Amino acid sequence: MSKVVEGLFYSPDHEWVKKLNEEEVLVGITDFAANELGSIVFVDIPEEGDSIKAGAEFGAVESVKAASDLVSPVTGEVIEMNDDLVGEPELVNEDAYGAWFVKVKLTNPEELDNLLSADEYKKLI
Amino acid sequence: MQENLKTCLYEEHVKLNAKIEEFAGFLMPIVYTNIKAEHNAVRENVGMFDVSHMGEFIVRGEEATKFVNNVFTNTIEEKANGSVTYGMMLYENGTIVDDLLVYKVNNEEYLFVVNASNIAKDYSWVVNQTDGFDVTVSNVSSDYSEIAVQGPNAEVKVKELLNLDLTDLKFFHFGSYEFQDHLLLISRTGYTGEDGFEIYASEAAISELWQIFVKGGITPCGLGSRDTLRFEAALPLYGHEISNEITPLEAGLKFFTKIDSETDFIGKTALINQKATGLKRRVVGIELTKKAIPRATYPVYKGEEEIGYITTGYLSVTLNIPIALAMLKKEYAKKGTEIEIKIRNKMIPGFVRDKKFLKKNYKTKGV
Repeated sequence: MSKVVEGLFYSPDHEWVKKLNEEEVLVGITDFAANELGSIVFVDIPEEGDSIKAGAEFGAVESVKAASDLVSPVTGEVIEMNDDLVGEPELVNEDAYGAWFVKVKLTNPEELDNLLSADEYKKLI
Repeated sequence: MQENLKTCLYEEHVKLNAKIEEFAGFLMPIVYTNIKAEHNAVRENVGMFDVSHMGEFIVRGEEATKFVNNVFTNTIEEKANGSVTYGMMLYENGTIVDDLLVYKVNNEEYLFVVNASNIAKDYSWVVNQTDGFDVTVSNVSSDYSEIAVQGPNAEVKVKELLNLDLTDLKFFHFGSYEFQDHLLLISRTGYTGEDGFEIYASEAAISELWQIFVKGGITPCGLGSRDTLRFEAALPLYGHEISNEITPLEAGLKFFTKIDSETDFIGKTALINQKATGLKRRVVGIELTKKAIPRATYPVYKGEEEIGYITTGYLSVTLNIPIALAMLKKEYAKKGTEIEIKIRNKMIPGFVRDKKFLKKNYKTKGV
């Protein structure tokens, strides 16, 4: 059974969003997504200063077998990328909710209202 | 829609919690635990694959040797009874119908082992070539189930679990063996670059062997690791390095053809012409110098020019470097040529290298 953490926002594309303050969020992929992919061997994530757009591809997470696009749940500017994942992508399998991909400064913080709650996401998977 | 087929081991895969997907019309295990662990089991110890989906044809008749010579790229006449030969069947234009193993029982009987995805196409093609030959071809695919036991400890483990001593079975040879009431056809062949065996038998026998092997500690491996293993050994896969649009010369498989001999075979003239006019493209090895994963179909560039595409690529499980097989224009196929691969709109640098990603670990002594 895949873990879903209360208090996060979720996208139907299996990304989670954690609110740090009014403007900044962390983005990662859910435990369900990590399990579906199997052993993750590579992550391709945007760098500081890159813009990302809700609903658009912003990178990829790759298992041995296949690459899966990351679809951004939010719009904004990447203010930090998680370098640890580049060296140790297996962290995503070990702790999907600890292994954030990017820290994003939101263009429109109200956008979070469009995402799913933990309960809504649970029903989806 | 046609319902997917199941091998006789399907229930075993379900029991082992395998991730199951359709492949070539069969519901096959892709991975049981994780691809890396299964891959490493084969490189370092011993693993096994359900390959019952593979196709088998029996070619029989007074002119069987003459017939096989004509449809098969590799030499067969001089081969001993009990030998296994890798080669291809070609269309007249030199492109590949399929690659296969030919088991020589004797001059009047051969067993063809073909790709699951090509069974129907191959069978109808082979049967169409029988005109004028005293030979019959039967598709016995549903009578043959198969397990591949692969890895450096395959021989020891088979001896321990089945009490069958395969020490004297040479590389690319086969024999008949008895296990309890079952008759097994075993060859020292595989698709991993490691020593190992392919065991053909009835559904009842294969089901029994599988359970003995699982209990005995042989790691069940899915199609996921089968692909990463064969790729590191640079063994071609139909639909990737070879296809009905690619010739053996382009795929770098000339060694498995008899184009330099007197013997004719279907497609030979086209290959000779292609050799004479010069190849336009060929399959090469590529290594990336920046970490990224080159996947099949990604385009390869030299400057602005698209010069080819990736046929198979991985972050190599054994070597932990991004490597690929790619079909490149001949002028860029030279080792050391710097190229770029377009991965999700980024250009990732790399270079052309040999395809010997990994030293093959075959037991070829005494062959």
